[in-house]
Amino acid sequence: MTTLTHPKYGAIWFTLVVLLGISLLGPLTGSTAFVLLLAFGIAVVKAGMVAAWFMHLAVERRLIWFLMITALALMAVLFFGVAPDVMRDQGQNWGALAAGKN
Amino acid sequence: MSVHAATLDHESLACRRCASGIPAGRLALWWVVTSEIVIFGGLLASYLLFRLRHVSWGEEAAHTNTLAGATNTLVLLTSSLFAVLAHRCATQGDGRGASRFLRFTIALGGVFLIVKALEYTGEIHHGYTLLRGTFWSFYYVATGLHALHVVAGMIAMAVVSVGAGRGRQLQRVELVGIYWHFVDVVWIFLFPLFYIAK
Repeated sequence: MTTLTHPKYGAIWFTLVVLLGISLLGPLTGSTAFVLLLAFGIAVVKAGMVAAWFMHLAVERRLIWFLMITALALMAVLFFGVAPDVMRDQGQNWGALAAGKN
Repeated sequence: MSVHAATLDHESLACRRCASGIPAGRLALWWVVTSEIVIFGGLLASYLLFRLRHVSWGEEAAHTNTLAGATNTLVLLTSSLFAVLAHRCATQGDGRGASRFLRFTIALGGVFLIVKALEYTGEIHHGYTLLRGTFWSFYYVATGLHALHVVAGMIAMAVVSVGAGRGRQLQRVELVGIYWHFVDVVWIFLFPLFYIAK
């Protein structure tokens, strides 16, 4: 039996708000790559904190972790399975069918 | 086992039918979250692919309202705090406290929807409609689908808060909270995609 001990939720919330503030300051640097890296890096950290402490995933049983990993793996399969079609339009066998060009 | 005990552990609060070692209600909720990850994940992965392919979408994204997006992020993060505080009250057998925090969460869900509605109004007013281009189609579908989940969460929390206020079915407070936190997590990813990546 897992006993749930409640962490300091106020402190977690405050950290999340500080991270939100940092992600908003990113565009002031002027570097697009840095802004994107910072914004998505912070999003991953924030999502992880909410899942771990608010959803209590940190103390959940392994079965739930398998469920989450399976769903995320399906997302990765979709992304990397479709990426070659979307990202590359070079080569002899490609045609812009939607635009009526072969 | 009484739910009015001063402190209750994680397992004893929820429903006792559990072949997997996880209470049935919580396991079912996690299945819902899993299916939602596939739904939103597919949508966001598709958006990301097109966004990387079409750099010019950054110009379209420049017209989204970052202040409104940031405000809504703050609102949802705070609502998540209230949802988890409701869960803490429920584990302590404090149904009225749980009900009160759930009502705060519902109120913040309402604030989120109002800000979103004002944002949509401004965008549509400036001609950025669903059919203006693929970027805006993605924007309205993703944020609209998310808003529908917010509405669903508010309705579920309203039902649960009534029962919790009477000290009934307190395990549901945790379940509706998990759903609400997931809605928050989705927004955490929508925010940089549509409001920061310009």
